[in-house]
Amino acid sequence: MAASKTRIPEVLERFEAEILAEWIKEQLAATTQRPDLMKESELNAQSTKFLKLFRDAIAGDNFVDIQLPNWSQVRDFVGEVSRSRVIQGFTPSETATFVFSLKQPLFVRLRKIHEGQPDDLFEDLWNATVLLDKLGLYTTEVFQKSREEVIGRQQNEMFQLSSPVVELWHGILGLPIIGNFDSKRTQLVMETLLKRLAETQAEVAIIDITGVPMVDTLTAQHLLKTVSAARLMGAECIISGVRPQIAQTIVHLGVSLGDVPTKASLAGALAVAFKRLGLAVGPTRRPIGEAA
Amino acid sequence: MGEFLLVTVQVDMHDRLATVLKDDLANRISASGARGVLIDISALDVVDSFIARMFGTIAQVARVMDAETALVGMQPSVAITLVDMGVTMAGVRTALNVEKGMALLRALVREERADDEAAPE
Repeated sequence: MAASKTRIPEVLERFEAEILAEWIKEQLAATTQRPDLMKESELNAQSTKFLKLFRDAIAGDNFVDIQLPNWSQVRDFVGEVSRSRVIQGFTPSETATFVFSLKQPLFVRLRKIHEGQPDDLFEDLWNATVLLDKLGLYTTEVFQKSREEVIGRQQNEMFQLSSPVVELWHGILGLPIIGNFDSKRTQLVMETLLKRLAETQAEVAIIDITGVPMVDTLTAQHLLKTVSAARLMGAECIISGVRPQIAQTIVHLGVSLGDVPTKASLAGALAVAFKRLGLAVGPTRRPIGEAA
Repeated sequence: MGEFLLVTVQVDMHDRLATVLKDDLANRISASGARGVLIDISALDVVDSFIARMFGTIAQVARVMDAETALVGMQPSVAITLVDMGVTMAGVRTALNVEKGMALLRALVREERADDEAAPE
């Protein structure tokens, strides 16, 4: 392809200001522009910068492949714009329109400058459309990836938060488990629990499985592993929150929880823990509220 | 400590050292007539299955000589490694620290003494 026939760089240079103005007008007029999400000044700044970088990149010879290094600045900028729009709450189409709406002002001028030469016009229109399509699609790719990063980060946060260790009493730790107890969670729970045991020197840990939807032989193994590790350090565990369905499943599967005490409620487990520590809870001599 | 022996392991134990410990301890229990042995492993970062088995053996040897054993201060990472390896150290009593370990041993020795006294001649 004879790159010298293209007049896109020329059009961009001669009519930069008008193209920019029309492009911004297009964007503002489009139903996809969101004045509630982004100020006009910001839109101006983004469009100006894009056009400048676009012009610089297109000055090179082979300008149809956007993976080439002369396009890296444009790609980076487009990526930035896309990522910022994810955060601002735009949809992928709205973001891609940022690039696509440049076509109209550009094509209008290409047609004028190629007057009488339909073949050259076609060539330039085709190149321009291929370019802008690729850039528009690139914004969508970046958009997708940003969203996936957010989801990944949220998943990680949820995972970290899902196994807190609370101090129920001096010397008694509580470990409410929410969600399925798989091997990855077991590792996290064990590390968290053992670390807290070492820090607090608590002798009893109550593992509450009310929030565990299903207990099978594998889950039981994981629980026992955690209990054994705590025992090696010198602390005893009590399992609480055994729901009726779980109890039935355990019996039905023939799962053995060893000699670990199991209680239906956290209250029951707490009573066992108090007894083990030699503590007793009883009424105070004078009922609260009674006059002296 | 009177009738108790306190062992503090301060260096990373290799296999031969563990065997030496076992022999030394057996002799010391016999010589002193100790009723309780407290082994403090809070300085150990690494315990392999051989060492773990050795602690089990020490506890058994001690029991044969009428002494109770308590292993204290195991680090969380060591506990995780041992359970991952499937080592349970059954028969070895554990406690979180030296104070709790001593309380445990005293209680055990007291119980035994009470049993002895309660038994008719």
